[in-house]
Order: sequence, then structure tokens, then C-alpha cells
Amino acid sequence: MGEPTPRQRTVIVSDSKPVMPPYIKMRYDAGRNRWIILAPERLFDPDPIAVEVLKLCDGARTVGDIAAHLSNEYNAPVQDIEVDIIAMLQDLSDKGVVKA
Amino acid sequence: MNEIAPSPGGHVKEGTITMDAGEMRCDANPSSPTAPDPSCVVRAPIGLLAELTHRCPLQCPYCSNPLELEKVNVELSTEDWQKVMRQAAQLGILQVHLSGGEPTARRDLEEIVKTAAESGLYTNLITAAVLLKRERLEKLKECGLDHVQISIQDVDTQAENADRIAGYKGGSAKKKEVAGWVRELGMPLTINAPIHRHNIHSVEAIINYAVELGAGRVEIAHVQYYAWALKNRSSLMPTRDAFMAAARLVERKREELKGIIVIDAVVPDYYAKYPKPCMGGWGKGIINITPSGRVLPCHAAESITHLEFDNVRDKPLADIWLNGDAFQKYRGTSWMKEPCRTCPRREIDYGGCRCQAFALTGDAANTDPACSLSPLHEEWAKVADVESHQSPPAFVYRRPGGATPKPAAEKTPVSSDA
Repeated sequence: MGEPTPRQRTVIVSDSKPVMPPYIKMRYDAGRNRWIILAPERLFDPDPIAVEVLKLCDGARTVGDIAAHLSNEYNAPVQDIEVDIIAMLQDLSDKGVVKA
Repeated sequence: MNEIAPSPGGHVKEGTITMDAGEMRCDANPSSPTAPDPSCVVRAPIGLLAELTHRCPLQCPYCSNPLELEKVNVELSTEDWQKVMRQAAQLGILQVHLSGGEPTARRDLEEIVKTAAESGLYTNLITAAVLLKRERLEKLKECGLDHVQISIQDVDTQAENADRIAGYKGGSAKKKEVAGWVRELGMPLTINAPIHRHNIHSVEAIINYAVELGAGRVEIAHVQYYAWALKNRSSLMPTRDAFMAAARLVERKREELKGIIVIDAVVPDYYAKYPKPCMGGWGKGIINITPSGRVLPCHAAESITHLEFDNVRDKPLADIWLNGDAFQKYRGTSWMKEPCRTCPRREIDYGGCRCQAFALTGDAANTDPACSLSPLHEEWAKVADVESHQSPPAFVYRRPGGATPKPAAEKTPVSSDA
């Protein structure tokens, strides 16, 4: 089927604009009192930091924007935050949870 | 919130609800932040495997449905299934796997999907795809279908082999067409490939084919030997060498295709080191409902002949999950005998599979012979080696009544190498 476009790994960088595709659903699970990410035959259990980051991933903001925002919010060095969220988003991108 | 840990990716733990032709496994991080509710030792289930019908145009000889297939006239009604979906969501279930048989054989699939989606369930269609038309797939998407899993028997260039395995002419080409529609509609696609002696040489080609089809996931699902697969074990069992080669290949492809496709693999327990943690623990995370509404802790549980199963027609799902005899019987670890009872792995593998223990030892509370601590283990493990080196007998295809021409008692590994 389809066009033989070779599929490539997405590499998350400061300029990437990450977003969760519509079939990835992050929601609050009231019964279990926690946030969950529903994905094809997968469940992810994000900690509060991940939830905060993923809420900011709207496909418009860059990773840099998100790091700056959180740096302000939590008064932490922007460099450290960016390194951390790039690692997190790369992992989620490899698992198909985030597109960029 | 005030600390951002330096460990990469440490912010999101992963659990899986995986299902393939033979097994469903849930290891969705159950012991995470939520403290166990002291008033209720039983945790809410995570996944529901809804076998909407046992009707299926395919005749795969490794089918996980029981040999005694349920007939159309005992199937739950649309309203019954809709009620089940609402009750499942209330119970805390997060994902529903709409399966069969072939779920698209039910004309009311759209209504069931719609109710499931409206109830907040993540909906997964597990299909052979050959009955699907493009308009129907669009309709299902509109109704809220989140994900499609299509099973294949081999790659498109081996269509003849694929169609022979499925007992369905033209199936391979049709599946390819439907997979294309799934992607064109922007839906996520998983390719599920049950692996056995007749396609284990194609594992690399199958993974590449899944990439070509645009799948985000591919399941290299070694057949689990229950039901029809047990009946056909001597036709299906790959050699240990073939299995090991396939396992190495999967590892290599995982590296090579990182970020392009997720490769999940299910190991055949005949060649595994430890027994599998069946269902991630009995009555722990998964509920299975048969076409007629019987509620099972796993899809093979009816093979344990002394268990009694409740029906969603008679009782609310929550009541069945919490109190049903079949769920309580092997839940937790208190039912265990030695060597399981004091085994350090008792909460890791739960003594393996209850159905396999029952089939081979006559007591479902015994250790699964897949475990090296089982007195039957040696004999059991030998079976795979012997059968996989004999020339494979013809398939007993999965069809109503298809298992009965040989009325002899279900053969067990212990006797079958004679």
C-alpha cells in the first residue's frame, strides 16, 4: 500500500514542537487517583513532572519554550530542565506516544 | 515537583496490555503510587477482552478460542454488550479489546464501539480484517474507535503460505488493503503475527512488512499452546534453534528500528526459562467475556472443568470481579501449594498458568509444568523438541465441529511423543 516514504526516527531537539497525537489520551483517572496515558495496547504512568510537560506539548510550543516556561515556574536552571525533558520526550517519541 | 530527576525518561513508567493469539498479559505497573485501598484488596481491572462472537471467516489452526465454539444464537445482544461497556468503565477498566472470533462479523459493532468510547474506554479492534469495507472502518472511527490491530499469517509476497495457514483464499491481499485504509484514516495500526513453524523463517520480513504497512507496533507473538493450538501443536511447534534465531533477530531489529516501530515479542513457554505470569496474575488486571456473556479470568479458563463462571446477564460485572468464585479461586497466592507457596518468584510468575497446570497435572493449583520446579517439567520440555523435529501433520483447522473428528481425549504432552 501507500507511498514508500522511508520511515525515520524522530530526534527531539530544542526546536522540536512535540504533541501527543489524538489517539494518545492522557487523562485523570479518578478511581485510581492518578494521571494515565492511554495508548494502543499500552498504558503509561506519568509522574507529576511528566504530566506538566505533556500538558504544554501542544504542537506549537518548542521544547525550548517549554523548558523556559518550567524554569520560570519552578525557579530551576533552564539548561537542566531542557536536558531532562528532551530525554523524556525522546523516550516517548520512540514509543510512539509523542510526535514532533 | 521541585526536583527534576536527571535520569532520562524516568518520569513515565510503562505498562503493557498486550494480547496475541494465545495470551493476554498485563503488567501495567500495578504497584505504583496509589496505595492499596485497605477496604478492598482486589484491585480494579485494567483491561477487558470482549469476545463479541466466535464466528470467523478464517480457520487459523492456532486459534485461542475454545474447541467448542459458541454459536450465534447464544451471543449477547447489542444492549447486553452496551451494558457491559458502561459497567466496565465504572469498574475502572481503561481499555477494551474488541475481539472474537472476528468482531466485525457482528453488525452492531459500531453501536458497541460508540458506547464503549462514550463510557471513556480506550477501544482496540482486534481483527482479521477480511470482512472490513472502507466505509465501515470510517464509521467505526467516527464512533470512537482508537486503534486497530490486524493479524497476519505471513508477508504479502508469501500470500499463498499466509492463506494456507488461515484457510482463507485472498486473505493476505485483503489484509494489506485494510491496513492501508487504517493508515489513510490516520488511525494507529498494530500488526500481530502469530509465529510458528510455518512462518518463523519470515520473522524479519514480517517486521519489515509491518514498517511498510505503516504500523506503529508489531507483535511477534509466538503461539501459545492452548485450545486449537494445543490440538495442532505438533504441526506448529518450531525447533528451539529456529526460536532462538528468531529471538536474536527481534533484538537486532529492535535496535535497528528504534523510534520507527515498537516490536513486542511473546515467548513460547516451552522454550522459556520461567513460567509466564499468566494474565499478570489471576483476577488481577484482566477480564475476559465470551460471546454468550460468561465472565472468565482468562480466555482459556473454561478448560478448568470444575470452575463455575458467572454471566453478565445475571450479575453486575463489579460483583463478578470482586466475588465470583472463578475469580476468587486462584486470586493472590493463598491457594498455592509447594513449591509455589514459599517460592521467591510467587508474586512474579504466580506459579505460571493455571490452565496448563490443570491440563497436565489434573490440579490447577499445581505448579505449571513450564516451571523447572515442576516434577513434570523435564518430560514436558522434551515434547517441544521431539514434535518440532518430526514432519508436521496436516492442520486441524479451526471451524465449528472441526475438533471433533478425533474424539479421543485431549492429548497431553506427556503422552503425545509416543
